[in-house]
Amino acid sequence: MFAPQFDYYRASSVAEAAALLEQHPDAKVLAGGHSLIPVLKLRLAAPSALIDIGRIDGMRGIREEAGQIVIGALTTHSELAASATLQSGATALSEAAGMIGDPAVRNRGTIGGNVAHADPASDLPAVLRCLGAEFAIAGSSGTRTVGAADFFEGLMTTAVEEHEILTAISIPSGSGGQGSAYAKFSHPASRYAVIGAAASVTVADGVCSAASVALGGLVPAPVRATAVEDALAGKALSADAIADAARCVGDSLADDEVLGDVYASAEYRSAVAHVWVSRALTAAAARCG
Amino acid sequence: MTIPVSITVNGRRYDREVEPRLLLVHFIRDVIGLTGTKVGCDTSQCGSCTVLLDGVSAKACTCLAVQADGASVTTIEGLADDSELHPLQESFWNKHGLQCGYCTPGMIMASHELLRCNSDPSAEEIRHGLEGNMCRCTGYQNIVRSVRDAAETMQGGTS
Repeated sequence: MFAPQFDYYRASSVAEAAALLEQHPDAKVLAGGHSLIPVLKLRLAAPSALIDIGRIDGMRGIREEAGQIVIGALTTHSELAASATLQSGATALSEAAGMIGDPAVRNRGTIGGNVAHADPASDLPAVLRCLGAEFAIAGSSGTRTVGAADFFEGLMTTAVEEHEILTAISIPSGSGGQGSAYAKFSHPASRYAVIGAAASVTVADGVCSAASVALGGLVPAPVRATAVEDALAGKALSADAIADAARCVGDSLADDEVLGDVYASAEYRSAVAHVWVSRALTAAAARCG
Repeated sequence: MTIPVSITVNGRRYDREVEPRLLLVHFIRDVIGLTGTKVGCDTSQCGSCTVLLDGVSAKACTCLAVQADGASVTTIEGLADDSELHPLQESFWNKHGLQCGYCTPGMIMASHELLRCNSDPSAEEIRHGLEGNMCRCTGYQNIVRSVRDAAETMQGGTS
Protein backbone atom coordinates (compact mmCIF):
# COMPACT_ATOMS: atom_id res chain seq x y z
CA MET A 1 0.00 0.00 0.00
CA PHE A 2 1.19 3.47 -0.84
CA ALA A 3 0.32 6.60 1.09
CA PRO A 4 -0.92 9.62 -0.82
CA GLN A 5 1.83 12.09 -1.67
CA PHE A 6 2.85 14.54 1.00
CA ASP A 7 5.67 16.97 1.65
CA TYR A 8 8.07 16.27 4.49
CA TYR A 9 9.72 18.61 6.96
CA ARG A 10 12.04 17.58 9.76
CA ALA A 11 11.92 19.78 12.85
CA SER A 12 14.97 20.09 15.08
CA SER A 13 13.16 21.84 17.94
CA VAL A 14 9.67 22.17 19.37
CA ALA A 15 9.65 25.83 18.30
CA GLU A 16 10.55 24.89 14.74
CA ALA A 17 7.87 22.21 14.69
CA ALA A 18 5.28 24.68 15.97
CA ALA A 19 6.30 27.19 13.30
CA LEU A 20 6.04 24.52 10.59
CA LEU A 21 2.57 23.60 11.83
CA GLU A 22 1.52 27.26 11.53
CA GLN A 23 2.81 27.29 7.94
CA HIS A 24 1.12 24.00 7.02
CA PRO A 25 -2.26 23.97 8.75
CA ASP A 26 -3.32 20.53 7.53
CA ALA A 27 0.01 18.85 8.26
CA LYS A 28 0.25 15.85 10.58
CA VAL A 29 2.95 15.31 13.18
CA LEU A 30 5.16 12.24 12.69
CA ALA A 31 7.05 10.59 15.56
CA GLY A 32 7.45 6.79 15.43
CA GLY A 33 4.81 6.54 12.76
CA HIS A 34 3.08 3.46 14.13
CA SER A 35 -0.31 5.14 14.28
CA LEU A 36 0.10 7.64 11.45
CA ILE A 37 1.71 5.52 8.71
CA PRO A 38 -1.06 2.87 8.77
CA VAL A 39 -3.65 5.69 8.61
CA LEU A 40 -1.88 7.16 5.58
CA LYS A 41 -1.49 3.78 3.86
CA LEU A 42 -5.18 3.04 4.35
CA ARG A 43 -5.88 6.55 3.02
CA LEU A 44 -7.95 7.46 6.05
CA ALA A 45 -6.03 10.75 6.04
CA ALA A 46 -4.28 12.68 3.28
CA PRO A 47 -2.32 15.54 4.86
CA SER A 48 -0.38 17.85 2.56
CA ALA A 49 2.71 17.53 4.75
CA LEU A 50 4.26 15.60 7.62
CA ILE A 51 6.27 17.38 10.30
CA ASP A 52 8.80 14.86 11.63
CA ILE A 53 9.51 15.54 15.31
CA GLY A 54 11.28 12.22 15.82
CA ARG A 55 14.76 13.73 16.23
CA ILE A 56 14.01 16.62 18.57
CA ASP A 57 16.48 16.57 21.45
CA GLY A 58 15.04 16.47 24.95
CA MET A 59 11.69 14.97 24.02
CA ARG A 60 12.75 11.41 24.80
CA GLY A 61 13.35 9.65 28.09
CA ILE A 62 11.99 9.30 31.60
CA ARG A 63 13.06 11.45 34.54
CA GLU A 64 11.85 12.13 38.07
CA GLU A 65 11.42 15.68 39.24
CA ALA A 66 9.50 17.21 42.17
CA GLY A 67 7.34 14.20 42.94
CA GLN A 68 6.53 13.62 39.27
CA ILE A 69 7.68 11.14 36.69
CA VAL A 70 8.10 13.09 33.45
CA ILE A 71 8.04 11.11 30.23
CA GLY A 72 9.12 12.69 26.95
CA ALA A 73 6.55 12.22 24.20
CA LEU A 74 9.11 10.46 21.97
CA THR A 75 9.80 7.72 24.54
CA THR A 76 9.14 4.34 22.93
CA HIS A 77 6.95 1.59 24.34
CA SER A 78 10.08 -0.58 24.73
CA GLU A 79 11.66 2.14 26.86
CA LEU A 80 8.50 2.47 28.99
CA ALA A 81 8.37 -1.29 29.52
CA ALA A 82 12.06 -1.49 30.49
CA SER A 83 12.11 1.57 32.78
CA ALA A 84 13.00 0.74 36.39
CA THR A 85 11.50 4.11 37.40
CA LEU A 86 8.13 3.15 35.93
CA GLN A 87 8.30 -0.47 37.05
CA SER A 88 8.52 0.70 40.65
CA GLY A 89 6.65 4.02 40.54
CA ALA A 90 3.96 3.44 37.90
CA THR A 91 3.84 -0.31 37.37
CA ALA A 92 0.61 -0.22 35.36
CA LEU A 93 2.23 1.98 32.72
CA SER A 94 5.30 -0.20 32.14
CA GLU A 95 3.08 -3.28 32.24
CA ALA A 96 0.67 -1.89 29.64
CA ALA A 97 3.48 -0.67 27.39
CA GLY A 98 4.93 -4.19 27.38
CA MET A 99 1.60 -5.55 26.10
CA ILE A 100 1.40 -3.27 23.04
CA GLY A 101 1.74 -5.00 19.68
CA ASP A 102 5.02 -6.91 19.53
CA PRO A 103 8.72 -6.16 20.16
CA ALA A 104 9.40 -4.49 16.80
CA VAL A 105 6.31 -2.30 17.15
CA ARG A 106 7.30 -1.37 20.70
CA ASN A 107 10.77 -0.38 19.46
CA ARG A 108 9.29 2.30 17.18
CA GLY A 109 5.94 3.36 18.64
CA THR A 110 5.98 6.30 21.05
CA ILE A 111 3.82 7.23 24.04
CA GLY A 112 3.12 10.67 22.57
CA GLY A 113 2.03 9.32 19.21
CA ASN A 114 -0.08 6.68 20.90
CA VAL A 115 -2.07 9.05 23.08
CA ALA A 116 -2.30 11.84 20.49
CA HIS A 117 -3.85 9.28 18.12
CA ALA A 118 -6.27 8.29 20.93
CA ASP A 119 -7.45 5.03 19.41
CA PRO A 120 -10.15 3.71 21.76
CA ALA A 121 -8.61 0.23 21.55
CA SER A 122 -5.21 1.51 22.65
CA ASP A 123 -3.76 0.61 26.04
CA LEU A 124 -2.02 3.70 27.37
CA PRO A 125 -4.97 6.15 27.54
CA ALA A 126 -6.76 4.12 30.23
CA VAL A 127 -3.56 3.77 32.25
CA LEU A 128 -2.80 7.48 32.06
CA ARG A 129 -6.39 8.31 33.05
CA CYS A 130 -6.06 5.94 36.01
CA LEU A 131 -2.73 7.40 37.14
CA GLY A 132 -3.88 11.02 36.87
CA ALA A 133 -1.46 12.02 34.13
CA GLU A 134 -0.93 15.56 32.94
CA PHE A 135 -0.11 16.39 29.34
CA ALA A 136 2.23 19.20 28.25
CA ILE A 137 1.11 20.68 24.94
CA ALA A 138 3.26 23.20 23.07
CA GLY A 139 2.25 25.66 20.40
CA SER A 140 3.75 28.76 18.86
CA SER A 141 2.35 30.84 21.75
CA GLY A 142 3.77 28.67 24.54
CA THR A 143 3.08 25.53 26.53
CA ARG A 144 -0.06 24.57 28.45
CA THR A 145 -0.87 21.60 30.66
CA VAL A 146 -4.04 19.52 30.46
CA GLY A 147 -5.19 16.81 32.87
CA ALA A 148 -6.16 13.34 31.67
CA ALA A 149 -9.88 13.95 32.29
CA ASP A 150 -9.82 16.79 29.77
CA PHE A 151 -7.12 15.48 27.43
CA PHE A 152 -9.11 12.57 26.00
CA GLU A 153 -12.17 14.22 24.48
CA GLY A 154 -13.68 11.34 22.55
CA LEU A 155 -13.12 8.86 19.76
CA MET A 156 -9.65 9.63 18.40
CA THR A 157 -9.96 13.20 19.63
CA THR A 158 -7.75 14.93 22.17
CA ALA A 159 -7.19 18.42 23.53
CA VAL A 160 -4.17 18.84 21.22
CA GLU A 161 -5.16 21.46 18.63
CA GLU A 162 -4.03 21.20 15.01
CA HIS A 163 -1.22 23.70 15.46
CA GLU A 164 0.05 22.13 18.71
CA ILE A 165 2.38 19.29 19.71
CA LEU A 166 2.22 17.00 22.72
CA THR A 167 5.70 17.21 24.26
CA ALA A 168 5.61 15.36 27.60
CA ILE A 169 3.42 13.40 29.97
CA SER A 170 3.76 13.62 33.76
CA ILE A 171 2.39 11.26 36.37
CA PRO A 172 2.65 11.53 40.15
CA SER A 173 5.42 9.32 41.57
CA GLY A 174 3.95 6.32 43.34
CA SER A 175 3.77 6.66 47.10
CA GLY A 176 4.23 4.08 49.87
CA GLY A 177 1.43 1.54 50.10
CA GLN A 178 0.40 2.16 46.52
CA GLY A 179 0.28 -0.43 43.76
CA SER A 180 -0.98 -0.32 40.20
CA ALA A 181 -1.66 -2.82 37.43
CA TYR A 182 -3.12 -3.18 33.96
CA ALA A 183 -5.22 -6.13 32.81
CA LYS A 184 -6.08 -6.56 29.17
CA PHE A 185 -8.48 -8.63 27.16
CA SER A 186 -6.50 -8.67 23.91
CA HIS A 187 -8.06 -9.12 20.52
CA PRO A 188 -6.47 -12.42 19.47
CA ALA A 189 -5.33 -11.17 16.06
CA SER A 190 -4.59 -7.47 16.43
CA ARG A 191 -3.58 -7.45 20.12
CA TYR A 192 -5.54 -4.26 20.56
CA ALA A 193 -7.56 -4.01 23.75
CA VAL A 194 -11.11 -5.35 23.59
CA ILE A 195 -11.19 -4.32 27.24
CA GLY A 196 -8.35 -2.67 29.12
CA ALA A 197 -8.58 -2.10 32.87
CA ALA A 198 -6.07 -0.01 34.81
CA ALA A 199 -6.17 0.08 38.60
CA SER A 200 -4.21 1.92 41.26
CA VAL A 201 -4.89 1.33 44.94
CA THR A 202 -3.34 2.57 48.15
CA VAL A 203 -3.56 0.51 51.33
CA ALA A 204 -3.14 2.12 54.76
CA ASP A 205 -3.75 0.31 58.05
CA GLY A 206 -4.97 -2.74 56.15
CA VAL A 207 -7.74 -0.99 54.25
CA CYS A 208 -8.07 0.78 50.92
CA SER A 209 -7.46 4.49 51.45
CA ALA A 210 -7.45 5.49 47.77
CA ALA A 211 -8.45 3.79 44.53
CA SER A 212 -8.45 4.80 40.89
CA VAL A 213 -9.83 2.56 38.18
CA ALA A 214 -10.04 3.44 34.48
CA LEU A 215 -11.29 1.51 31.49
CA GLY A 216 -10.38 1.58 27.84
CA GLY A 217 -11.04 -0.56 24.81
CA LEU A 218 -14.81 -0.69 25.18
CA VAL A 219 -15.48 3.06 25.29
CA PRO A 220 -14.65 5.90 22.86
CA ALA A 221 -12.35 7.58 25.40
CA PRO A 222 -11.05 6.24 28.72
CA VAL A 223 -13.45 6.52 31.67
CA ARG A 224 -12.96 6.35 35.43
CA ALA A 225 -15.01 3.62 37.10
CA THR A 226 -15.96 5.79 40.07
CA ALA A 227 -18.62 3.33 41.25
CA VAL A 228 -15.90 0.69 41.67
CA GLU A 229 -13.61 3.16 43.43
CA ASP A 230 -16.33 4.18 45.86
CA ALA A 231 -17.18 0.57 46.63
CA LEU A 232 -13.57 -0.11 47.67
CA ALA A 233 -13.19 2.85 50.02
CA GLY A 234 -12.29 1.74 53.53
CA LYS A 235 -12.43 -1.96 52.70
CA ALA A 236 -9.75 -4.58 53.20
CA LEU A 237 -8.82 -5.69 49.67
CA SER A 238 -9.93 -9.31 49.97
CA ALA A 239 -10.82 -11.33 46.89
CA ASP A 240 -14.51 -11.01 47.74
CA ALA A 241 -14.32 -7.25 48.33
CA ILE A 242 -12.54 -6.77 44.99
CA ALA A 243 -15.01 -8.99 43.12
CA ASP A 244 -17.99 -7.21 44.66
CA ALA A 245 -16.59 -3.77 43.87
CA ALA A 246 -15.67 -4.78 40.30
CA ARG A 247 -19.30 -5.75 39.67
CA CYS A 248 -20.21 -2.06 40.08
CA VAL A 249 -18.33 -1.24 36.85
CA GLY A 250 -21.53 -1.14 34.80
CA ASP A 251 -22.65 1.92 36.77
CA SER A 252 -19.77 3.84 35.20
CA LEU A 253 -20.48 2.71 31.63
CA ALA A 254 -23.22 4.55 29.74
CA ASP A 255 -25.02 1.89 27.70
CA ASP A 256 -25.08 3.97 24.53
CA GLU A 257 -21.32 4.59 24.69
CA VAL A 258 -20.05 1.00 24.91
CA LEU A 259 -18.38 -0.04 21.66
CA GLY A 260 -19.07 -3.34 19.94
CA ASP A 261 -17.86 -5.05 16.82
CA VAL A 262 -18.17 -8.36 15.02
CA TYR A 263 -15.71 -9.95 17.44
CA ALA A 264 -17.14 -8.68 20.74
CA SER A 265 -20.55 -7.04 21.01
CA ALA A 266 -21.21 -4.12 23.33
CA GLU A 267 -23.41 -6.37 25.47
CA TYR A 268 -20.64 -8.94 25.80
CA ARG A 269 -18.00 -6.36 26.68
CA SER A 270 -20.28 -4.80 29.29
CA ALA A 271 -21.00 -8.21 30.78
CA VAL A 272 -17.36 -9.28 31.18
CA ALA A 273 -15.73 -5.92 31.98
CA HIS A 274 -15.90 -6.66 35.70
CA VAL A 275 -13.58 -9.66 35.23
CA TRP A 276 -10.79 -7.45 33.90
CA VAL A 277 -11.39 -4.79 36.54
CA SER A 278 -11.14 -7.50 39.17
CA ARG A 279 -7.88 -8.84 37.71
CA ALA A 280 -6.32 -5.38 37.58
CA LEU A 281 -7.39 -4.64 41.16
CA THR A 282 -6.11 -7.98 42.42
CA ALA A 283 -2.69 -7.44 40.83
CA ALA A 284 -2.54 -3.82 42.04
CA ALA A 285 -3.44 -4.84 45.61
CA ALA A 286 -0.68 -7.47 45.58
CA ARG A 287 1.81 -4.73 44.72
CA CYS A 288 0.96 -2.42 47.62
CA GLY A 289 4.26 -2.44 49.47
CA MET B 1 8.98 16.77 -3.39
CA THR B 2 11.98 14.50 -3.06
CA ILE B 3 14.29 14.32 -0.08
CA PRO B 4 17.94 13.27 -0.09
CA VAL B 5 18.64 10.37 2.26
CA SER B 6 21.78 8.55 3.23
CA ILE B 7 21.05 5.09 4.59
CA THR B 8 23.68 2.50 5.38
CA VAL B 9 22.44 -1.01 4.61
CA ASN B 10 24.58 -3.98 5.61
CA GLY B 11 27.60 -1.73 5.94
CA ARG B 12 27.27 -0.06 2.55
CA ARG B 13 26.07 3.54 2.30
CA TYR B 14 23.36 4.45 -0.20
CA ASP B 15 22.72 8.12 -1.06
CA ARG B 16 19.42 8.51 -2.88
CA GLU B 17 16.65 11.04 -3.55
CA VAL B 18 13.34 9.59 -2.41
CA GLU B 19 9.69 10.57 -2.25
CA PRO B 20 8.70 11.23 1.37
CA ARG B 21 6.02 8.53 1.16
CA LEU B 22 8.51 5.80 0.17
CA LEU B 23 8.52 3.07 2.79
CA LEU B 24 11.81 1.73 4.11
CA VAL B 25 10.90 -1.76 2.90
CA HIS B 26 10.52 -0.45 -0.67
CA PHE B 27 13.78 1.46 -0.36
CA ILE B 28 15.46 -1.80 0.59
CA ARG B 29 13.76 -3.98 -2.02
CA ASP B 30 13.13 -1.68 -4.98
CA VAL B 31 15.67 1.15 -4.73
CA ILE B 32 18.75 -0.81 -3.73
CA GLY B 33 17.55 -4.24 -4.85
CA LEU B 34 17.89 -6.35 -1.70
CA THR B 35 14.85 -8.60 -1.93
CA GLY B 36 15.50 -10.85 1.06
CA THR B 37 13.26 -8.58 3.15
CA LYS B 38 9.66 -9.44 2.31
CA VAL B 39 6.36 -7.57 2.23
CA GLY B 40 3.62 -9.68 3.77
CA CYS B 41 0.60 -8.03 5.36
CA ASP B 42 1.91 -4.49 4.83
CA THR B 43 0.15 -3.49 8.07
CA SER B 44 2.89 -4.14 10.70
CA GLN B 45 1.30 -7.36 11.90
CA CYS B 46 3.02 -10.26 10.12
CA GLY B 47 6.69 -9.36 10.60
CA SER B 48 7.92 -10.47 7.15
CA CYS B 49 9.56 -7.07 6.67
CA THR B 50 11.47 -7.09 9.99
CA VAL B 51 14.96 -5.54 9.78
CA LEU B 52 17.37 -4.11 12.32
CA LEU B 53 17.29 -0.31 12.42
CA ASP B 54 20.32 0.97 14.33
CA GLY B 55 20.61 -2.47 15.88
CA VAL B 56 17.03 -3.01 17.08
CA SER B 57 14.17 -4.69 15.26
CA ALA B 58 11.71 -2.63 13.25
CA LYS B 59 8.98 -3.39 10.76
CA ALA B 60 10.16 -1.79 7.54
CA CYS B 61 6.61 -1.56 6.14
CA THR B 62 5.75 0.94 8.89
CA CYS B 63 8.76 3.20 8.60
CA LEU B 64 9.38 5.84 5.97
CA ALA B 65 12.74 5.83 4.23
CA VAL B 66 13.15 9.49 5.27
CA GLN B 67 12.83 8.40 8.92
CA ALA B 68 15.81 6.09 8.39
CA ASP B 69 17.98 8.86 6.96
CA GLY B 70 21.39 8.56 8.61
CA ALA B 71 20.55 5.20 10.13
CA SER B 72 22.24 1.84 9.80
CA VAL B 73 20.01 -0.99 8.59
CA THR B 74 20.76 -4.69 8.73
CA THR B 75 18.75 -7.05 6.53
CA ILE B 76 18.85 -10.82 6.22
CA GLU B 77 21.55 -10.42 3.53
CA GLY B 78 23.78 -8.69 6.09
CA LEU B 79 23.73 -11.35 8.80
CA ALA B 80 26.22 -13.78 7.30
CA ASP B 81 29.92 -13.06 7.67
CA ASP B 82 31.17 -13.57 4.11
CA SER B 83 30.61 -17.27 3.49
CA GLU B 84 29.92 -18.14 7.13
CA LEU B 85 26.25 -18.14 8.09
CA HIS B 86 25.07 -16.46 11.28
CA PRO B 87 24.25 -19.04 13.99
CA LEU B 88 20.55 -18.21 13.58
CA GLN B 89 20.76 -19.02 9.88
CA GLU B 90 22.64 -22.25 10.63
CA SER B 91 20.04 -23.25 13.20
CA PHE B 92 17.05 -22.47 10.97
CA TRP B 93 18.74 -24.70 8.38
CA ASN B 94 19.70 -27.51 10.73
CA LYS B 95 16.40 -27.62 12.62
CA HIS B 96 14.35 -26.98 9.51
CA GLY B 97 12.81 -23.81 10.91
CA LEU B 98 11.03 -23.07 7.66
CA GLN B 99 8.54 -24.52 5.27
CA CYS B 100 7.81 -22.21 2.33
CA GLY B 101 10.44 -19.77 3.59
CA TYR B 102 8.53 -16.53 3.02
CA CYS B 103 8.44 -15.53 6.69
CA THR B 104 11.99 -16.73 7.33
CA PRO B 105 13.99 -13.52 6.81
CA GLY B 106 11.69 -11.60 9.15
CA MET B 107 11.56 -14.50 11.55
CA ILE B 108 15.36 -14.59 11.75
CA MET B 109 15.67 -10.83 12.23
CA ALA B 110 13.03 -10.92 14.99
CA SER B 111 14.90 -13.84 16.56
CA HIS B 112 18.06 -11.71 16.45
CA GLU B 113 16.20 -9.06 18.49
CA LEU B 114 14.92 -11.72 20.89
CA LEU B 115 18.43 -13.05 21.56
CA ARG B 116 19.80 -9.51 21.89
CA CYS B 117 17.34 -8.93 24.74
CA ASN B 118 17.46 -12.44 26.22
CA SER B 119 20.42 -14.66 25.37
CA ASP B 120 18.93 -17.77 26.99
CA PRO B 121 15.19 -17.77 26.30
CA SER B 122 12.82 -20.59 27.22
CA ALA B 123 10.49 -22.01 24.58
CA GLU B 124 7.68 -19.89 26.04
CA GLU B 125 9.83 -16.76 25.93
CA ILE B 126 10.70 -17.50 22.31
CA ARG B 127 7.01 -17.77 21.43
CA HIS B 128 6.33 -14.44 23.14
CA GLY B 129 9.37 -12.83 21.55
CA LEU B 130 8.20 -13.85 18.08
CA GLU B 131 4.58 -12.79 18.63
CA GLY B 132 4.91 -10.18 15.92
CA ASN B 133 5.89 -12.68 13.24
CA MET B 134 3.52 -15.03 11.49
CA CYS B 135 4.29 -18.27 9.69
CA ARG B 136 1.26 -19.11 7.55
CA CYS B 137 2.64 -22.63 7.01
CA THR B 138 2.27 -22.82 10.81
CA GLY B 139 5.78 -24.18 11.17
CA TYR B 140 6.22 -22.73 14.63
CA GLN B 141 7.49 -25.86 16.40
CA ASN B 142 10.67 -25.99 14.38
CA ILE B 143 11.09 -22.22 14.47
CA VAL B 144 11.14 -22.37 18.27
CA ARG B 145 13.61 -25.27 18.14
CA SER B 146 15.80 -23.31 15.74
CA VAL B 147 15.96 -20.24 17.97
CA ARG B 148 16.67 -22.38 21.02
CA ASP B 149 19.45 -24.15 19.09
CA ALA B 150 20.94 -20.82 18.00
CA ALA B 151 20.87 -19.54 21.60
CA GLU B 152 22.83 -22.59 22.73
CA THR B 153 25.34 -22.20 19.91
CA MET B 154 25.85 -18.51 20.59
CA GLN B 155 26.22 -19.11 24.32
CA GLY B 156 28.81 -21.76 23.55
CA GLY B 157 30.96 -19.03 22.07
CA THR B 158 31.06 -20.49 18.59
CA SER B 159 29.57 -17.38 17.03
